[in-house]
Amino acid sequence: MSNLDDPFYKPGVRFISGNEAIAEGAIYAGCRFFAGYPITPSTEIAEELAIRLPLVDGVFLQMEDEIASIAAVLGGSLAGKKAMTATSGPGFSLMQENIGYGYMAEIPCVVVDVMRGGPSTGMPTGPSQSDVMQAKWGTHGDHPVIALSPATVQECFNETVRAFNFSEQFRLPVIILSDEIVSHMREKAVLPSLGELEIVNRPKPTEPPGEYKPYGFKYEWEIPPMAAFGDGYRFHVTGLAHDYTGFPSNLPKVIWQQLKHLHDKVMRNVEKIWRWEEFLLDDAEIVVVAYGSTARAAKEAIARERKRGVKVGMFRPITLWPFPEPVLASFIDRAKLAVVPELNLGQVKLTVERVAKGRVPVVSVAHGGEAFLPSLIVEAIRSRV
Amino acid sequence: MAFPYEDYLRAEFMPHIWCAGCGHGIIMKALIRAIDSLKLDKNKVVIASGIGCASRLPGYVDFDTLHTTHGRALAFATGVKLARPELSIIVVSGDGDAIAIGGNHFLHACQRNIDMTLVIFNNFNYGMTGGQVSPSTPYSAFTTTTPYGNPNYQFDVLGISKAAGATYVARSTTYHARHLEKMILGAISHKGFSVVEVLEDCPIAYGRRNRMGTPAQMLKRWKEMCVTFDAMKKLPPWRVKDKIPIGLYHQEERPDFWEEYQETIRKAKEEVQREA
Amino acid sequence: MAEVAEAPTKTKKKAVIKIKKEWCKSCDICVELCPKKVLEFRGRYPEAVRPEDCNLCLECELHCPDFAITVEESDE
Repeated sequence: MSNLDDPFYKPGVRFISGNEAIAEGAIYAGCRFFAGYPITPSTEIAEELAIRLPLVDGVFLQMEDEIASIAAVLGGSLAGKKAMTATSGPGFSLMQENIGYGYMAEIPCVVVDVMRGGPSTGMPTGPSQSDVMQAKWGTHGDHPVIALSPATVQECFNETVRAFNFSEQFRLPVIILSDEIVSHMREKAVLPSLGELEIVNRPKPTEPPGEYKPYGFKYEWEIPPMAAFGDGYRFHVTGLAHDYTGFPSNLPKVIWQQLKHLHDKVMRNVEKIWRWEEFLLDDAEIVVVAYGSTARAAKEAIARERKRGVKVGMFRPITLWPFPEPVLASFIDRAKLAVVPELNLGQVKLTVERVAKGRVPVVSVAHGGEAFLPSLIVEAIRSRV
Repeated sequence: MAFPYEDYLRAEFMPHIWCAGCGHGIIMKALIRAIDSLKLDKNKVVIASGIGCASRLPGYVDFDTLHTTHGRALAFATGVKLARPELSIIVVSGDGDAIAIGGNHFLHACQRNIDMTLVIFNNFNYGMTGGQVSPSTPYSAFTTTTPYGNPNYQFDVLGISKAAGATYVARSTTYHARHLEKMILGAISHKGFSVVEVLEDCPIAYGRRNRMGTPAQMLKRWKEMCVTFDAMKKLPPWRVKDKIPIGLYHQEERPDFWEEYQETIRKAKEEVQREA
Repeated sequence: MAEVAEAPTKTKKKAVIKIKKEWCKSCDICVELCPKKVLEFRGRYPEAVRPEDCNLCLECELHCPDFAITVEESDE
């Protein structure tokens, strides 16, 4: 599953949109299967891959709806391909059941949600960040989540590669939470040469078919190797609670162990998954917590306030889930105020409040329907000074 | 020499969970006999299903098996097939799973003419959950959600399969076991999307609620009620009135989705060469 | 426990009928469908009480949903 077969990949300085960068990142990471459904503002990802995937003998499918799209992606992954779909809020809602299937059956894949105004049809061409909690809690039952938040076109590329790597390493669907601004804007990105970034492939079984345990582990945080359909393993995949053989089980002890495994395989490896940016935090008394396109506006607000001598900085989570709480805590504990601007009514603010434990006041700044205004962040910073 | 069903079973899970007299096991046997006749490599067969009693079948057979979400088996299977086109994919689905919640995927699998086989286990209700009405429940029949009689008319599975683009469409019953085997064999051998609707019995839920008698009595009904499509054409109308036709309803040869997609790949590469 | 029944000597084919009680659910299909009335319930499970009448039509085997009955030609 190497990316070295793509003669149409152009490394170096490019001027492209976030969505194009996501498509390029996917191909770079070895994605050779895409199934999706058109929805603003994600459609360009599908359109770019419709052109590129056939050129590398990959599969591009436009399915009849989003539910079919994620289903086909999971099927393609079970047959051994790195697979992705891309959508926005309404499609992400439709996909929840099958994403849960991906968690339960431990199937690697990438789901891109380019967030737009919600709820419901909302604002198809307006940005939002209102699916953050949905990414964590959208599908029923207890399940792990890895969700990444790019804030630049460069990050759209890099985080897509990281998303594929995590999905292969930890055997689960990984979510990329972009937003309409980051996905549709154009800016400079430097695409790495083939072979420059590490590409991770799913662990394959070394034992022969008779001895293979599709969902076996010695310790709950271990990742079972993954065979592919058609390779002679004749194994069973189901969304029912199952034991290490993959066959359904009713035994509470066994089921509980499997659930803990789903959780532990991610949560015991958080330090490999966390990524964040620290902007002027060394002496910061005010910590702005922002992500995605809002972080770009926050940098402007911080620049203005720094000119006035205000000691303000930004903590930008790039990995949104699992949220890098202890890292945030280390900055908040030294601060006098946390400001959380979001293009939603306050979702990450809930995590920040929890981390702050009431010791540091948290001001949530909600905005929507357009790019976040730096002046609103400035206002919030000044409100408590 | 008895037919070696056990070569194809995950015998450690038998007896299966289906009720006494349920038709699913009869269809499963016909499916196994068809696969055996075709001498398919067990390592290159994938059986996929959704949710329901019929959808429990994959767990019992010794292939790569995929038990998905309600109604979505065809979409998952489409992903498997296009990622590994050399595999033979058979989707087994109950009537509700295939044509109610799965309706959209059913239409588009037909339209795509993707090379796989769908066997619809039609027992006229949602059996797993206790016997609720489904799109194939006959008009005025009793189910737990139509306690006063079904106000809906039946979904025409064969007609819709053909209209949506399926290129092999057949029907049989659990009574006509050898005929069923033949229809399934034809479906699997056919290159393109094949639909086999199997009329069968749910004696415990649907059968009991409509006072249809023992499993054997229900089975024998199909003998009385069915004639072949050929017979329908040749016999006088009064002989075939109210009969249900079985057999091959429609077959045509048309490039399947993978063939068309290979053409897409060829055209893409050619275009890029020209521009280079 | 498998039940084995054999037919007596004649020019007619002999049938060996085996019933797997662990899998049989006593649904009665095999008993009712047999055109020669070879099978009858003996307690909870059917038995081949007249195996000599079996004509190897296989209706019972084809219609047993539980893989619990097999009919084959005897080697003798």
